[in-house]
Amino acid sequence: MSAPIVPNFDDSADEGRKLAIICSKGNLDMAYPGLILGNAALGEGIETHLFFTFWGFDMITRSRMGDLKFTPVGNTATHMPMGLTPLPGMTAMATKQMKKTIADLDVPDVPEFLEQIVAAGGHLWACRLSADMNKLSDADLYEGVEGIISATDFIEKTAGAQLLFI
Amino acid sequence: MTVTEIGGRQVHVDAEGFMTEPSEWDEALGTVLASNIGMELTEAHWRLIRFLREDFATQGETATTRRVATVAGVPTKEQFALFPKKPAKKMAYIAGLPKPRGCV
Repeated sequence: MSAPIVPNFDDSADEGRKLAIICSKGNLDMAYPGLILGNAALGEGIETHLFFTFWGFDMITRSRMGDLKFTPVGNTATHMPMGLTPLPGMTAMATKQMKKTIADLDVPDVPEFLEQIVAAGGHLWACRLSADMNKLSDADLYEGVEGIISATDFIEKTAGAQLLFI
Repeated sequence: MTVTEIGGRQVHVDAEGFMTEPSEWDEALGTVLASNIGMELTEAHWRLIRFLREDFATQGETATTRRVATVAGVPTKEQFALFPKKPAKKMAYIAGLPKPRGCV
């Protein structure tokens, strides 16, 4: 009798595989790719680091993280007549709709998603320059953020990692 | 579809070894599946395995870690502690279910 077919959960094969995700956007729609991919990587046992920089800083800023917005302005993929997209209320409406669509699929909102990533062992880092530009400190940031670090620090921490810039 | 012998019986599995016929599973088989991947199950593990089975029976899909956290109320951290590194896949394998197909 041949040996049973058993899935390869060889955890050691992933030992050393790392993923670094740089989140540089503060739009609601651009927050999700990094969160979803980071979460997926953690579920595969991969060491994952997220670095929040420039507009991506909004994703970890307490006062803003729950209030990211989606705008159809300039986004041809919405297939709306572009002349209508800047009308008053359009961004609010589009944001509300996107939030509902995401929630209906039981995908968490941004603060809860970060919580899930941290619980799964993910590492969150804030960009030093972005903190300085926005005059923000640790106290203004989501508590799961491990530290405000420089670009150099992040590059050091993620030596050998595969990298995603979003 | 492949047939393989696990725990002294013939079961249908996919190319990776995940069972494809949930009805061929019982808890005795779950214990064997767990030992196949080097795990010993405690009551805390069983609680999750049983949830996955019940949830699959009603939803027709394997629960993701997110669903296990929100519906079964077992925090993500605990799932990773019980089923290290790849909780969603390991739980599904032991429960004799397909890998979860949800992204989150």
